[in-house]
Amino acid sequence: MCMYDVLIIGAGVVGAMVARKLSRYSLSVALLEKENDVGNVTSNANSAIIHSGYDPVPGTLKAKLNVEGNKMFDLISEELDVHFKRIGSMTLATSEEQLKTLKELQTRAIANGVETRLLDKEETRKLEPNVSNEVVGALLAPTAGIIDPFNLVVHAVENAVDNGVKLFLEQEVKDIKYLSDHFEVRTNKEVFIAKVVINCAGLYSDEIAKMIEPIDWKINPRKGEYFVLDHYKLGLVNHTIFPLPSEKGKGVLVSLTNSNNYIVGPSSEFDEDKDDVATDSETLANVRRQAVDMIPSIPFNQVIRVFSGMRATLSTHDFIIEPAKSNKYFINVAGIESPGLASSPAIAEYVVNNYVSKLFNLEEKKNYNPRVKKYHVLNDISKEERNRLIKSNPEYGKIICSCEKVSLGEIKDLLSRSVPPKTVKGVKRRCRAGFGKCQGGFCSPMVTMILAKHYGVSPLDIKWDKDNSNILLEEVKKL
Amino acid sequence: MIKRDLVIIGGGSAGMAAAIEAKKNGIDDILILEKDSVLGGILNQCIHNGFGLTEFKEELTGPEYLSRFADQVKELGIEYKLDSLVLNISKEKVVTYSNATDGVVDIEAKAIVFATGCYERSPGAIQLSGDRVAGIITAGTAQKYLNIHGYLAGKRIVILGSGDIGLIMARRMTLEGAKVLCVSELMPYSNGLNRNIAQCLNDYNIPLYLSRSVLRVEGKGRVEKVVLAAVDDKMKFIPGTEMEFECDTLLLSVGLIPYVSLLENIDVNISSTKGAMVNDQLETSIPGIFACGNCLHVHDVVDFVTEEGREAGRAAARYIKGEVSKKVKIKVSPGNGVGYVIPQFIETDLDHDVTFKFRVRKPIKNVFVNFSSEETIFHKVVKPVLIPSEMVMIKVSKDKLANVKGEITVSLEER
Repeated sequence: MCMYDVLIIGAGVVGAMVARKLSRYSLSVALLEKENDVGNVTSNANSAIIHSGYDPVPGTLKAKLNVEGNKMFDLISEELDVHFKRIGSMTLATSEEQLKTLKELQTRAIANGVETRLLDKEETRKLEPNVSNEVVGALLAPTAGIIDPFNLVVHAVENAVDNGVKLFLEQEVKDIKYLSDHFEVRTNKEVFIAKVVINCAGLYSDEIAKMIEPIDWKINPRKGEYFVLDHYKLGLVNHTIFPLPSEKGKGVLVSLTNSNNYIVGPSSEFDEDKDDVATDSETLANVRRQAVDMIPSIPFNQVIRVFSGMRATLSTHDFIIEPAKSNKYFINVAGIESPGLASSPAIAEYVVNNYVSKLFNLEEKKNYNPRVKKYHVLNDISKEERNRLIKSNPEYGKIICSCEKVSLGEIKDLLSRSVPPKTVKGVKRRCRAGFGKCQGGFCSPMVTMILAKHYGVSPLDIKWDKDNSNILLEEVKKL
Repeated sequence: MIKRDLVIIGGGSAGMAAAIEAKKNGIDDILILEKDSVLGGILNQCIHNGFGLTEFKEELTGPEYLSRFADQVKELGIEYKLDSLVLNISKEKVVTYSNATDGVVDIEAKAIVFATGCYERSPGAIQLSGDRVAGIITAGTAQKYLNIHGYLAGKRIVILGSGDIGLIMARRMTLEGAKVLCVSELMPYSNGLNRNIAQCLNDYNIPLYLSRSVLRVEGKGRVEKVVLAAVDDKMKFIPGTEMEFECDTLLLSVGLIPYVSLLENIDVNISSTKGAMVNDQLETSIPGIFACGNCLHVHDVVDFVTEEGREAGRAAARYIKGEVSKKVKIKVSPGNGVGYVIPQFIETDLDHDVTFKFRVRKPIKNVFVNFSSEETIFHKVVKPVLIPSEMVMIKVSKDKLANVKGEITVSLEER
């Protein structure tokens, strides 16, 4: 059995970034994920915002890592070939009282070292003509950005794998034992051996941590429900629009996304069940009311999807990033709720610089490559480039998803990458086939057949997403 | 840049009819762009019969019906490109399409007929509550899996929405051995044709529950349970009326929407049908771009799609030949009890009869349909019964339209 230097539990954005950071060094690294795809839980269902970092309480890990992480995204998005735009965020005030709070928030921003600007009513309306008449001012944070959260994780893991990390999907950790100088990590399928374990298990990080020692913290899952609107005319909002933050979080936002959709949400409700990502109409109606208070003209008849995600909230309200009290070789990275996405690259740096570097003599690999192999995204390139590609491979000319204009060539490319999709949702998350107004009504049968053919299985074996999510149940009788 | 007289976007029943009619009206330079690998559009998967009663006075299956038009397209030598998706059109009528052999190509067209059909309203669009799991599928997608690929997408099925495809699929999946537990309809009346309720539900003892909708879907991975509840007249769920069904599939037949993103992108005026607003020539707000079939308004009978395609083909031919003069602009609006009316404008000389097409908002018996302008009724028709699921077509003669000057309203009046 192979002894890994480091074993990472959880391939969400945090595990992905830690794996990628470690793949730089001459270490053997295993990345375990219980799902059949990477980034498929909390990293899959969130606001997709790279927060500026003005909002967390100064001095907290959240504040430090959010601010540091935000700065890293220009380089990361370029290296990992992920869509990222700094569109800026605006936090709105609707009364004199709230303007005072904005000023306090600006003080916080200064303490955190984040650039902000207070806007009066006129300046606010000039930048965002669709805000409610009630709005009297706003705090603009120009460095906030929007990102494609799906491909951020997929490409980060891919880059890690390309640099030597071993990814194991559908491996749910059941038990961990420390045997004097190494860990035995038993999953639903096999046993892994590693010198160091990093717990990036998100919603389940408390349960993983308990396998080592008793803990005094607990993940309280907190659900957020959202609307997604179709590509609508640009300009509904130009920034990510927030209300004033409260103890429940940053509140319901309205934002443009990287794909020029709009996102509205999230709600914030504690939930007993970590896996419960159902939506309900009452909660969404409430989200809608809050959003309309800020932007009255949101065209809710353009909604194409509702979804919900679960935050890994800790009672301590800050991230926990530290070794287990009884074992310095077991590192917990827990409670990574918002601004987790923005903080994730800085979390990886923090884990490696503060802990892993103390346990190993880190030597940079000579052949480390920080970049993923370039993806062909036909919607992003010129007609001439497109035609060159189609000439080299005619499958780039055949469009499978007519809403989002995704070609057969792009879907097949995904299948040849080092973290290929296995499911219809996996394809959707990576290349947007099925993301449009018909929500896969037209293209999902084609995607199902493409996957079945590629993997050499019956279409009956193709899943939409998780276990037991097979799309087709029976082949019809043949003549 | 390549120049063509007429580019038709979509090679389904509307597009083929438009092409054939334009050709018969003297236009030779025609190109049909079809995204699928065969002509015929959605009819390819509609293997049930009932098509062609008006056109051919016989009952054909979808593939039989479409092949009569596809054969004509071929006989007339009309050029068509398959597996060719239109990526973009511009206000200047440049059509950009993509396929595997030509690559991405721009064509400057003198006229465009838009015949892209419709898409199914998705679970997200109706904000379906509960778990978003496998087994929630629109009826047309399930139909494609079954009739084109040969796979059943469900074995114990609850159907939400009584639209025609849902009803057709209730029967089709039953015949393949699936159990359809019920059809649930939010409205107090069905949205499907009466003949489909009789032939697809009643004949198979499948219950239809009116004024009921899905309260939530439950399941891990795949649908395990669907909970229905009654709704009041404000569409709010009534507590205590829940009905639970253990099932593996929720089939949705909750509406079809004209597929017109390409027109929206160039700011063509869109109507309440979610299709383009058109004049009496089926011309959109951009001169020379015409729309017909399900991308204009969703039809219940394909024969009427074909007829509308012909209208658009004739109109495009006249436009290309420079035979149209616009002298008036009279708005047409839906009045009491009417959901929408097509055309939304009359713009050409009133030297021809105009067929008005509309749907009523709710079932109604024994009414007058009044066509009025400036508070004068200039045409009146008696209808014994009108239901939302059946499109109404009423032709008004040019003589009656000759004196109309102001906005036209089409409204219902109880007898």
